Amino acid sequence: MISLSDITQWIHKMLFQYLNGTVAYGAELVLAGVAVIALVVAMAIIMVYAERKFAGFFQMRWGPNRVGKWGTLQAIADTVKLMLKECITPNNADKPMFKLAPIIITVVGFLALAPFAFAKGIVLWDMNIGVFYVTAISSLSVIGILMGGWASNNKYSLLGALRSGAQIVSYELSAGLSIAAIIVMSGSMSLNDIILAQTDGWWILRGHIPAIIAFVISIIASTAEANRSPFDLAEGEQELTGGYHTEYSGIQFALFFLAEYTTMFILAMLNITLFLGGWMPFHIPGLTVFNHIMDFIPGIVWFFGKTFFILFLMIWFRWTFPRMRIDKLLKLEWKYLLPISIVNLLFAAFITLMGWHF
Amino acid sequence: MRSIYKYFYDIFHGFYSLWTGMMTTGYYLVHPKKILTQEYPDNRGTTLYIAERFHGEVVMPHDENNEHRCTACSLCQMSCPNGSIEVKSEMIETPEGKKKKVLKQWIYHIDLCTFCGSCIDACPSDAIRMSNEFEHASYTKDAFLKVLNKPGSKLKSKEK
Ligand code: SF4
Ligand code: SF4
Repeated sequence: MISLSDITQWIHKMLFQYLNGTVAYGAELVLAGVAVIALVVAMAIIMVYAERKFAGFFQMRWGPNRVGKWGTLQAIADTVKLMLKECITPNNADKPMFKLAPIIITVVGFLALAPFAFAKGIVLWDMNIGVFYVTAISSLSVIGILMGGWASNNKYSLLGALRSGAQIVSYELSAGLSIAAIIVMSGSMSLNDIILAQTDGWWILRGHIPAIIAFVISIIASTAEANRSPFDLAEGEQELTGGYHTEYSGIQFALFFLAEYTTMFILAMLNITLFLGGWMPFHIPGLTVFNHIMDFIPGIVWFFGKTFFILFLMIWFRWTFPRMRIDKLLKLEWKYLLPISIVNLLFAAFITLMGWHF
Repeated sequence: MRSIYKYFYDIFHGFYSLWTGMMTTGYYLVHPKKILTQEYPDNRGTTLYIAERFHGEVVMPHDENNEHRCTACSLCQMSCPNGSIEVKSEMIETPEGKKKKVLKQWIYHIDLCTFCGSCIDACPSDAIRMSNEFEHASYTKDAFLKVLNKPGSKLKSKEK
């Protein structure tokens, strides 16, 4: 069976056969970059459509249903519309910063994709501190948000940006601690090693209580970090008319929008890599036949299946829960999630020490 | 002790209420039959449903003898906050030789109307009511000026 890694190996060999080393390396970088951009844009379009369609059904509506069959072309039409619109910069805005903010936030989103293993052997940069890298890079997006809010010279944008800053900085903590629980169990920070450590079963099953608690906390924190409802008070349409991207229009707004969905996508990928085994098929130790059947489903299908499951959960949250107030939001983090995740980390360490996970 | 109990109670109660909410929306997701949206221009004249009590426009019901119940008292005209009603009356002489005020024209400016229903409440003889007709769009302004009493209509004689 041809796997995806065979194809990449073949491209790699071809390039190095016909070109000299440096040029081939450069060509590989460009190819990888194009692949990442294509993946992110395709995912964003699919997610926007899925989000709107699911939103409709969750709220007893139809969702988009006029452009194309079942409204499938709606997201593409919106993208084209955003690209054709004029980018307006407000008169008193800090112009360089205003223009830089959407670029920074998009670049950050793309950078964080580097260490993910999409299937066996498909990884852009298999570094030994992959988890650390992803958490560090994805928390940089708050700089883009703050820049955008500050440079717009608009009180609503600034308030939205500050709220978003407070929120992301606090929820990083519990997200980090719940990720640390899994790092303790698998004993590695490389995303590839964490996936390989789940060959006999995903951490959420093998790590039982601490892994489940960590998973729940991680999902909550990811929703908050992606600035999604019920934690979307950085946008807060009713109070802030749109939050940090109030003043943006056209392609700059589209970049913010893309970055929001990229963050969501990355956090979903991180969660499945840590808790649901990434591209690893569902294995039950002992059942060899079952495991072999599961192996026939390619890793990329497992990977995207699980990612879409997490994304579906996030969409479900968004269209069910009302927005939280800022003080309640911080109370939830500092009084509930953080103490629980610290205790949970100790608990996970204890269980690993005693060898009580499966 | 109590505060510790409350702390954990809050957590589990919170999860329970979130779960209830998610089950509600999840139920809607898997039951597309429950969708409330009416695909308006498509279902026009077929499955379109407008609630009976919807305030669409003021109409004056006439019975089969072309008789209405308006006594031209102009209470509706006075109660209208927007001045969208003009009740034009005239004096006629009845066969018995009595002078009587009857309705000549009940003019309704629908473009000024906010569909508040005050005129219907004010009318002592129940001569007007709200219909649920809502497709009022028009290219010309004349369409918004309506005369509600039909030509040649008379006041219904009082039921004995
Ligand atoms: S519904 Fe209200 S605004 Fe319209 S005619 Fe009657 S009183 Fe006037
Ligand atoms: S519609 Fe009613 S309130 Fe208005 S003039 Fe006629 S009887 Fe009087």
